[in-house]
Amino acid sequence: MRHLLDFAGWTKSEVESLLETAKVMAEVLERPVKKVPALQGFTVATVFFEPSTRTRISFELAARRMSADVVSFAAATSSLQKGESYKDTLLTLEAMGIDAYVIRADAAGVPHQATRWVKGAVINGGDGRRAHPTQALLDAYTLLEALGSLEGKKIAIVGDILHSRVARSNLELLPLLGAEVWAAGPPTLLPQALPGARLTPHLEEALEGADAVMVLRLQRERMEAGLVNLEDYIAHYQVTEERLQKAKPGAPLLHPGPMNRDVELEGTLADSERSLVNRQVHNGVAVRMAVLYHLLVGRER
Amino acid sequence: MTILIRNVTLVDALGERGPADVLLGEGRILSLEGGDAERVIEGKGRLLAPGFLDLHAHLREPGQEVKENLATGLLAAVRGGYTDLVSMPNTTPPVDTPEAVRALRKKAQALGLARLHPAAALTQGQEGRLLTEAGLLREAGAALLTDDGRTNEDAGVLAAGLLGAAAFGLPVAVHAEDASLRRGGVMNDGPLADLLGLPGNPPEAEAARIARDLEVLRYALRRGQKKPRLHIQHLSTKRGLELLREAKGAGLPVTAEATPHHLTLTEEALKGFDPIFKVAPPLRTREDVEALLEGLLEGTLDAIATDHAPHTQAEKEMDLLRAPFGIPSLEVAFPLLYTELHRKRGFPLKRLVELFTDGPRRVLGLRPIHLEEGAEASLVLLDPKERPVDPKAFASKARFSPWAGWVLAGWPVLTLVEGRVVYQALE
Ligand SMILES: [Zn+2]
Repeated sequence: MRHLLDFAGWTKSEVESLLETAKVMAEVLERPVKKVPALQGFTVATVFFEPSTRTRISFELAARRMSADVVSFAAATSSLQKGESYKDTLLTLEAMGIDAYVIRADAAGVPHQATRWVKGAVINGGDGRRAHPTQALLDAYTLLEALGSLEGKKIAIVGDILHSRVARSNLELLPLLGAEVWAAGPPTLLPQALPGARLTPHLEEALEGADAVMVLRLQRERMEAGLVNLEDYIAHYQVTEERLQKAKPGAPLLHPGPMNRDVELEGTLADSERSLVNRQVHNGVAVRMAVLYHLLVGRER
Repeated sequence: MTILIRNVTLVDALGERGPADVLLGEGRILSLEGGDAERVIEGKGRLLAPGFLDLHAHLREPGQEVKENLATGLLAAVRGGYTDLVSMPNTTPPVDTPEAVRALRKKAQALGLARLHPAAALTQGQEGRLLTEAGLLREAGAALLTDDGRTNEDAGVLAAGLLGAAAFGLPVAVHAEDASLRRGGVMNDGPLADLLGLPGNPPEAEAARIARDLEVLRYALRRGQKKPRLHIQHLSTKRGLELLREAKGAGLPVTAEATPHHLTLTEEALKGFDPIFKVAPPLRTREDVEALLEGLLEGTLDAIATDHAPHTQAEKEMDLLRAPFGIPSLEVAFPLLYTELHRKRGFPLKRLVELFTDGPRRVLGLRPIHLEEGAEASLVLLDPKERPVDPKAFASKARFSPWAGWVLAGWPVLTLVEGRVVYQALE
């Protein structure tokens, strides 16, 4: 692969090989000295047009663990509105000799646009509603840890599917690994159709017999836009202990964070044994190391 | 100066005929049978048509000259075969006074390129609340009234505007989109928008507004002494077209235009996330494009108008949420549709030319120009030779194009306004 923008065109074996590499990287992270020289001499830039401290730190840590140099660029969207374009910003970095760009933006397609302007590898660090592929990879990795295999497994994704890049990327990736993916949410927060997804406005239908449940964050702005009523959402879409009875016993819970406790997820569940939230964060570094490794090692400079 | 164009095929709304030897002088067509002239141009294999009229161009002057100005915009126009052009009033400040209309006309006349017919705002500041002075604007030379660039949310204001404009014979043009339905949509709403993660602008936002505006027109028709005229800009959906067809069938005084981009591109173009394809209303589906073609053919649509909307390169290199809406197209509109509609799909040439000439002239209440003795010599000579679209060579300041690299035929090589050569690219 040259870039990681989304999973269009990916094969199952490519994903598996990447997740195998992530396993090796996870072992590195267990060592007393958590550093390998794999990316010595490479420079990775995190270019965040939209702030996200968690994702940025995870990527920067991943790059440093492999001995890459890291530069980070945070552009305020205000300076963009003043006429400095994404292209200018990226070309400036390009002139400094960057090998890989982790790009985060609030608009879908910015990483795709970037591949037209820079020679380095582009990694989508989350673009608008479109995609967040490394999040999906770490979710898949975490699910594989918990379930062994995803073949024939039913995964339920719950919440604001329409505006969620995490949901979209998981809906691309998990079926590739053999899972059956259901997405449940209020009708105003469901897309009309997405390949690979079974969409339903009934939470119970998605939870029925689920092997794992992924809960998404509900953004306040959806209420302000009149797309959903908070009380109604909690009454019908909050993942609760009681509703989880419908899923397989002990089915694990995932959440990409940050969480609104007692909104999308019952607070007690967030801290329960079932929650893999911290595991997800932990695995994020290993998965991102694997992505950087696959994109940079063997790449001509 | 007298000019003779020899052996040229004539084409206008009446049809194709010739070859003829067209003698021009004193701003008129003197003869179709030749004669002595100071300049002779070989017209063999070429087409001679009446000059085109664009009902909808954004020339950005005053206030946004970094995007375009009268000089670059009107030069782009004559290079596209346009002898007449209606400029949209959504400039900074908006063109909403007789003085502003006069200033634009005066400046355009001095340039000696295409003739400018400024549109004036329907409401003061295009704010949708207080009407502008229709009568004085008409006297100053305004061609129509519109708040294009904005949508007319207040139906009562539109009704009053239609009544006021009608008293002075002015049409009112509308950007028909319901703002609350389209919300922040940047592309056509549908499965593809969902897949690409881009906010959608539903086709129903256009249809809902057209339905409302037709009712407003009915009201103005019933209440007014003079017949109001409503013109729907850049119609883009199948459903919108059906509503229009029905209204015309019922005899309502409504006209409508379609743009070159809505006729040649679909939402699929957004797959590469390139804001060049971001336009309002958005590019729609293949089904909508086919419906528009039918509408052009059968006469439900009256004109092809460019909605030439120049922006800077940097603006179009923003992301899809922030990049501005708009495509520049004055210089390619005719060759594009000549090639894609007439040559590739057999769309009748006579009708195509009519949609660039008589159709838009009728919308403004102007007399048609037909190629006959005594007619005004505002003409365009079109060449069948193919060449690719090269935005770098545009006269427009907006040197990008969704059609860059498309190989087109039918390029204007000579444009005349009242017998005066305003553009030539003869070999
Ligand atoms: Zn408009």
